[in-house]
Amino acid sequence: MSINTSSIPLPAWLEIGLIPVLNIVMALFFSGLIMLAIGVNPIEAVGIMINGAFGYDEAIGYTLYYTTNFIFTGLAVAVAFHANLFNIGGEGQAYIGGLGVGLVFLLLDKYLPMILLIPLGIMAAGLFGAAWAYIPAWLQAHRGSHIVITTIMFNFIASSIMVYLLVNVLIKPGQMSPETRQFDESSWLPFMHEVLGWFGMEVTRSPLNLSLVFALLCCVFVWVYIWRTRWGYELRTSGQSEAAARYAGIKPKTVIITAMCVSGALAGFVAVNEIMGVHHRLLLNFTAGYGFTGIAVSLMGRNHPVGIIMASLLFGVLYQGGAELAFEIPKITREMVVAIQGLIILFSGALALMLRPWVVQGYLKFKPVDEVVPA
Amino acid sequence: MEALSGFFAILDATLRVSTPLILAAMAGLFSERSGIVDISLEGKMLASAFAAAAVAAVTGSAWLALGTGMLVGVVLALVHGFACITHRGNQVVSGLAINILASGLTVVLGIAWFAQGGQTPSLGSDARFMPLELPLAEAARAIPVIGTFYADVISGHNVLVYVAWVAVFATWWVVYRTRFGLRIRAVGENPLAVDTAGLSVSRLRYSAVAICGALSGIAGTYLSTAQNASFVREMTAGQGYIALAALIFGKWRPVPAMLACLMFGFLDAVAIRMQGVVLPVIGEVPVQAIQALPYILTVILLAGFIGRATAPKAVGIPFLKER
Repeated sequence: MSINTSSIPLPAWLEIGLIPVLNIVMALFFSGLIMLAIGVNPIEAVGIMINGAFGYDEAIGYTLYYTTNFIFTGLAVAVAFHANLFNIGGEGQAYIGGLGVGLVFLLLDKYLPMILLIPLGIMAAGLFGAAWAYIPAWLQAHRGSHIVITTIMFNFIASSIMVYLLVNVLIKPGQMSPETRQFDESSWLPFMHEVLGWFGMEVTRSPLNLSLVFALLCCVFVWVYIWRTRWGYELRTSGQSEAAARYAGIKPKTVIITAMCVSGALAGFVAVNEIMGVHHRLLLNFTAGYGFTGIAVSLMGRNHPVGIIMASLLFGVLYQGGAELAFEIPKITREMVVAIQGLIILFSGALALMLRPWVVQGYLKFKPVDEVVPA
Repeated sequence: MEALSGFFAILDATLRVSTPLILAAMAGLFSERSGIVDISLEGKMLASAFAAAAVAAVTGSAWLALGTGMLVGVVLALVHGFACITHRGNQVVSGLAINILASGLTVVLGIAWFAQGGQTPSLGSDARFMPLELPLAEAARAIPVIGTFYADVISGHNVLVYVAWVAVFATWWVVYRTRFGLRIRAVGENPLAVDTAGLSVSRLRYSAVAICGALSGIAGTYLSTAQNASFVREMTAGQGYIALAALIFGKWRPVPAMLACLMFGFLDAVAIRMQGVVLPVIGEVPVQAIQALPYILTVILLAGFIGRATAPKAVGIPFLKER
């Protein structure tokens, strides 16, 4: 085992196919052990989850609604990752993105038509999210403070600000729970069941709304941005080697700030789904940990939009199926999904290379002799 | 006199609130000084708090609870070590995984085992660490100021509060006055040099991480069996991150980190008292502003606007032994 396997290249189907799948299998295996430990049959649980996530059209709606959030936060983490930045602040950026939507709608929803309100709301979500990422980015670029720590701190600061504003300032007068008034209906993003209804398709109500389409557009945008533009090239170069980037005339400081602002805007778009699409008012903790799940999504999806869509779908299934599971089996709670998420981050992220030496050895064993290159 | 006793009450509360922060900050100090970033203080505290409360509820023994809490802390720390030291994984990702895992697992197991909405059964006084009266506390009350300070602030805490103070001194002594401490510091600054000297980088880092786990275990146990009488879901409520902030604020040194913890604890104690109080000129200070202050101060410090916090040089970088 003492040979160094990390320098031996593997074909793509092993490197980006088999190894990530094995990692997820490991995470799911340990999740199964947890279920056994609390006396639940994991096979039965998986059955309930799959049925709960896909079994009927309302379930599919919920699954895709969760998926939408994870696409936004997953993309946010991935863009920063490509610049070698670890944005743990998605949660706070999404929260502040919601503030942007809330402020714009509280001010304008009575005066403007839908055609203006919706783009304004999306822009506000992105701008506020980006602004909340801009400060840590600026501090990293110009003052050398570590982005991981700063973004963690900014999550807490965002939470304090939002509690203060919702409890003391933005709260609907004469009401106990800290949330704003409901926005005018002209600012609501159409639900998917309404949109499909226009085309004569009958679908059960669910929170799924047009944000899903916007999320998929964001995937295309991120793919083009990272792999097909000059800025994306600069971002990836700077992420792989800051020194090389500087020699090539790229300014790493600008790259850090741009990457984080794009990342923050993407995280802010969670508010488009949650506030504009579902709740139609600003409320506490609407981000519900989606920002952190984005890290798992991005790790699983290997920072590529296609991978992120697949990983988001898996987490959508876990969230919706997990809710169903908690409903069916009283011993299980929704937090089971949080534990599974932790295991996925552990195995697909921190222990991503654990199985690689074995895969390399197996590969070398089965490889035709004439292809083996002496190391 | 009235003002003085009020002030002493705040100081008394400060000590109680700071204790888990101090223990967790010392835990983080060992890990980070050896070169392993640890954002999983939060998760380790939470898991230990749950384990300790569960054991105390079942066995009725506070000391058994402490042992279990420390054990769980060490096990999670070794998972972190396995990922970061053996497999050279991303240390932030690994820490985050532990935090999220702990946050989910404590509730899942809590509901499965105790069926009280994620809480553990509340503990009787024998199953908890109860306040201790220090010797001569009542007698000292006769002496003005110093005596009442001794009786009201220093005396009357549970044993884990005093353990935290001892932990600060012990950490200082181990890190600065022992061979092991020198090696820990060296492995966090320049692991290659330590490796060249014939010492095992992995073994040193594993031991540092294990100490970190044990100390976070005490911090967690304090939360659920001393400060409170049961485990409540998410009961750490960001204290692991505040401890991390205090560690950075103290520039990765034991005594300054402890002072930072005391300052953050003091802010917390004041925040509770300030609720609804209207100050002259400023008006009512929002509690949230005081609660966010530790985080804001840390951001300002990290940006180098008030002194500079320099991390151990090799922190966060996996070590690959030359072949």
